[in-house]
Amino acid sequence: MQVNSMDLTRIQFVKSFVKSRYPQTIISVFLLAGFVLAIMAGFIGTPVGSQNFSIVFVWIAWWAILILVAVPFFGRGWCAVCPIPRAGDWLQRGAIIDPAAKKPNWLGWRVPKFLRNMWTQNITFSLVVLFSATILTNPRTTAIVLAAMLFMAIGLAMVFERRSFCRYLCPVGGFIGLYSKLAPFELRVKQKNICAGCHGKPCYNGSTDGAGCPWDVFPGGLVANTYCGLCFECIRTCPHDNIAFSVRPFSVEAATPTAKLDEAFKAFIMVGSAISYAIVLMGTNGMIKLAAYQVFSRGWFLNALLLVGTNFVGLPFLFWLFVRFGRSQRALNAKQFAMASSALIPLGLLFWVAFSLSFVLANATYIMVALSDPFGWGWNLFGTAGMDWQPLGSAYVGILQAGVLVAGLVWSAFVAQKTADRSKVPAWRVILFCLAVTMVMMWLLL
Amino acid sequence: MKPFFPLSVGLLALLAIIVPIQPISSVPSKRVFTVEASQYAYSPGVISVNPGDMVTINLVATDVAHGMYIEGYELAVFSDPGQSASITFVADKNGHFRLRCNVSCGAMHPFMVGEIQVGQNYLLVRAFGIATIAAIAFIVYQHKIRPQNASE
Repeated sequence: MQVNSMDLTRIQFVKSFVKSRYPQTIISVFLLAGFVLAIMAGFIGTPVGSQNFSIVFVWIAWWAILILVAVPFFGRGWCAVCPIPRAGDWLQRGAIIDPAAKKPNWLGWRVPKFLRNMWTQNITFSLVVLFSATILTNPRTTAIVLAAMLFMAIGLAMVFERRSFCRYLCPVGGFIGLYSKLAPFELRVKQKNICAGCHGKPCYNGSTDGAGCPWDVFPGGLVANTYCGLCFECIRTCPHDNIAFSVRPFSVEAATPTAKLDEAFKAFIMVGSAISYAIVLMGTNGMIKLAAYQVFSRGWFLNALLLVGTNFVGLPFLFWLFVRFGRSQRALNAKQFAMASSALIPLGLLFWVAFSLSFVLANATYIMVALSDPFGWGWNLFGTAGMDWQPLGSAYVGILQAGVLVAGLVWSAFVAQKTADRSKVPAWRVILFCLAVTMVMMWLLL
Repeated sequence: MKPFFPLSVGLLALLAIIVPIQPISSVPSKRVFTVEASQYAYSPGVISVNPGDMVTINLVATDVAHGMYIEGYELAVFSDPGQSASITFVADKNGHFRLRCNVSCGAMHPFMVGEIQVGQNYLLVRAFGIATIAAIAFIVYQHKIRPQNASE
């Protein structure tokens, strides 16, 4: 999309930054060290979550940066420096910085076609949500999940070509991809006709300058941010200097909604999960909390059933009722349904922002404590280990959340209007649905 | 008409934010609550008082040590297992405020929350109002101002 975007690679500093592999690699290696520390802290540190680096840095610090800053403003910016696929990348390419003279002979299979969609990520994210009460609070469980993600990314890099873990399995990557459509940055080709005539398509197939797109995307056909991981490898391999990294208005992809059901369901899952978290984690009912925490208990199964039922059936059905009820003229097909549900993308993102404000600011002081004493062993590296717990901005969090939720509704109404022409679903129906779920979220959080 | 539409909507939204809501008048009284704290909830989980009430909360930790931090009022109390500790304050701020455990009491400690409701929740009422105005404004805009884009 070339609407009102400004190519940042025209700025020499930015171009040098994205052309070189060093900045990304250095940031990633630094984050990888933090990631490994989080795994270690989870296994050998204190079992008290609020005093353990793994819980505090992953679920408070990292989550806050991800959902409040990285995703809304930079889209897949986190994926650009994510440490999880890094080791797998190195092994797959046989190199850390510059391309190897000869690539190692790993299996390099292509991911089966039936798995090349967002459904697996919908399932992995749902699994994380189902176990989240323990994952978010138990350091050892967090460590197991982080280690599993790391080793799975490495293992899959040995078996399949490119970044199959990021593209098809990462529970976080799915929703980052969905919400990156709203972000004010995009990576696109400058002139499509140059790509059409390009011999060998090194941006996709790789060359001596670098790897073919690790995200299995041909940049020449890129129209949405969803599956572009901002690794910038195509900028490095393009022999025609035809790839631009641009800044653009927020939500510019809203006018071209997806017609894919897997992405539509991702939007429903995100909205439903945010509501579920608001009930379970921020609600006052201790029985519900215990049910969510006591994995495989009867209460947990009931909770899981309700969550899966709401996210995969209840919410989509309710949406269908809103957009279909009383309309006799036309039937509603799956493509229309998927396109109309695009309005839930900004709504879901801001639901998560509002929910996260509830606990991130309240628990931010734990970050200083864990920084000084990451394992909970009584260290005081920076003199902050004894800092008392003190919620930040508690007098204003509610007002902030109300503003965020209203902004989410306005944004989704704007998207509903933009998509109405293509989906042939009247915007007012989608807006009423968004208003209804926004009111539910307001009632839960405010 | 077109330039007046966003202006009217903006004015309505502003009204929803600033219009004073008359609190339901009540005679301030002394209110005493005994709240049991156990992993990971308060019982009762929600306390309702009237604005101006003198509120005393006796916190009793029934299993491990628990605390109670009253957001908005920025007050805290701490209770050892089996012991009671109390806090008294005048509920002079309207609204709904979270009660949070401020002592690490176990895995789900960061999510051990309760609520104190002081009068009506005007923030929620105003948020509902603004959300409704925004939704109606978009629908009206679609049908009256840009009817060519309304599909139905």
